[in-house]
Amino acid sequence: MNISEALEIVSQTNPGMVRSHNEDSVSFDAAHGLVVLADGMGGYNAGEVASGIAVSVLTSEVKHRLDVVGPEQKDAESSDDVGVAVLRENVKKANLSIFNAAQSQPQYAGMGTTIVTGLFYDDRVAVAHVGDSRMYRLRGEVFEAITRDHSLLQEQIDSGIISKELARLSKNKNLVTRAVGIEADVVPEVHLYDVEIGDIYLLCSDGLNDMVEDEDIGATLQMLQGNLPLAATQLIEQANDNGGRDNVSVILVKVKGSYALPRGLWAKLKSWFKN
Amino acid sequence: MTAKLILSMDGVVMKEYPLTKERTTIGRKPHNDIAIDNLAVSSEHAAVITILNDSFFEDMGSTNGSVVNGTPTQKHFLQNNDVIEIGKYKLKYLNDQPTQTTSADFEKTMVLRAPVKQAKPEEGFNQTQINAGTAAPKLESTTQFNVTATKAEVPSAAPVASATQAQVAVIQILNGPNLGRELELSKNLTTLGKPGVQVAVLARRPHGYFITHVEGANFPSVNGTSVGEQPHQLKDHDIIELAGVKMEFYLKT
Repeated sequence: MNISEALEIVSQTNPGMVRSHNEDSVSFDAAHGLVVLADGMGGYNAGEVASGIAVSVLTSEVKHRLDVVGPEQKDAESSDDVGVAVLRENVKKANLSIFNAAQSQPQYAGMGTTIVTGLFYDDRVAVAHVGDSRMYRLRGEVFEAITRDHSLLQEQIDSGIISKELARLSKNKNLVTRAVGIEADVVPEVHLYDVEIGDIYLLCSDGLNDMVEDEDIGATLQMLQGNLPLAATQLIEQANDNGGRDNVSVILVKVKGSYALPRGLWAKLKSWFKN
Repeated sequence: MTAKLILSMDGVVMKEYPLTKERTTIGRKPHNDIAIDNLAVSSEHAAVITILNDSFFEDMGSTNGSVVNGTPTQKHFLQNNDVIEIGKYKLKYLNDQPTQTTSADFEKTMVLRAPVKQAKPEEGFNQTQINAGTAAPKLESTTQFNVTATKAEVPSAAPVASATQAQVAVIQILNGPNLGRELELSKNLTTLGKPGVQVAVLARRPHGYFITHVEGANFPSVNGTSVGEQPHQLKDHDIIELAGVKMEFYLKT
């Protein structure tokens, strides 16, 4: 199945109930199986600028590379799949463009952004993230985060200082330990996962998961999986009904069919003749 | 504002200690940050670790132990107004730093520029779904009419308007084999119908209850009129019809 037929993708972003402007940016490219979500930070409109740069660098550069070489090929430099390498390289590229803009223009000083991005190819998904924007997966009955925040709170949970339950009471939310555009280089965390038909992936900014419990997010997806645009609307509505303290963005990706790449001699022969 | 500990005995305030250090020690010996010269207090009795706006209390293996909010405690994540008791002495923890839900400014994401360790992949946690299967009326002899809902708990960070807390809405089935059955809409979302055939969702929101079409060729109807694709706010005693099942929506007082 062609990837744009195999995946159903919807995205929605909303400034929330308190903030006057939206510093989140979302974008997707169904033909290349790419989804990107960024949550910018910085004074005046610098947050929008940072998240906007991140999303546009990712979408244009990834497309550019994948038009030349398949994501399943091996990357010569890193020996990872091109699909993995292309996310890692372009998060770094976005980092440098934001960092340079912030250095050269005083009104952008100190701006940065979190990012979470997924590239779906060959029945898999490569996931790269920096900061506290998340990707979750609903598989059957199980709803879980597949990214781990780069935040002080997550580090405290990891080191056992604080339990996951008590973390909700912390006054140290919103302190990210990694962000795009703050320093000259950044190390994105990149993983590759197999997908299953029926999986639903959720990318969101912290405006969702700070306002709505994971359990309620999962239940909403489970109940409304038959209508993805409605599920996205309901998630944003719940965040806003609970106070909507921050911008809220969601991207939902539903795997409707297999998008495995053709394999074997016959496929190779076919693609040979196509070229 | 910095968090602080207020030392008192028998209701008399003795001293205030701002928690400015990463580690504030409490004990009998004078080198402690909070020195309490009393034999019931161990020489190095306890410590408070402060990380930015959060503080953690830890008993350092004292002879007579420590009590937090009336409970003997080894380790405790301190919250505003917690009371630590050491012997006859009380230490009240004050931290009126606004929490995330009370200050819009404070919750702006900030970058903490510190060396970062490589994160490990997250362990899974299960999401459970309540299936009110026993209250499920039959649509046909072989197919179940499923009712699913989110957990009723309202997160502490997420207060629901008082109007909806006081009034619980109920759906009563008016025909078919489950005639008379009632379903309390105590959750944020409740779905009605059969997946793949016709499903609608009932959302409880601060300003009321809404029905929205989810899937299926037909839309649900309210008082005989199809609601279409848009959310429709329900009024007391509205009659909902979905996949041949008639239901009355009403508010319980």
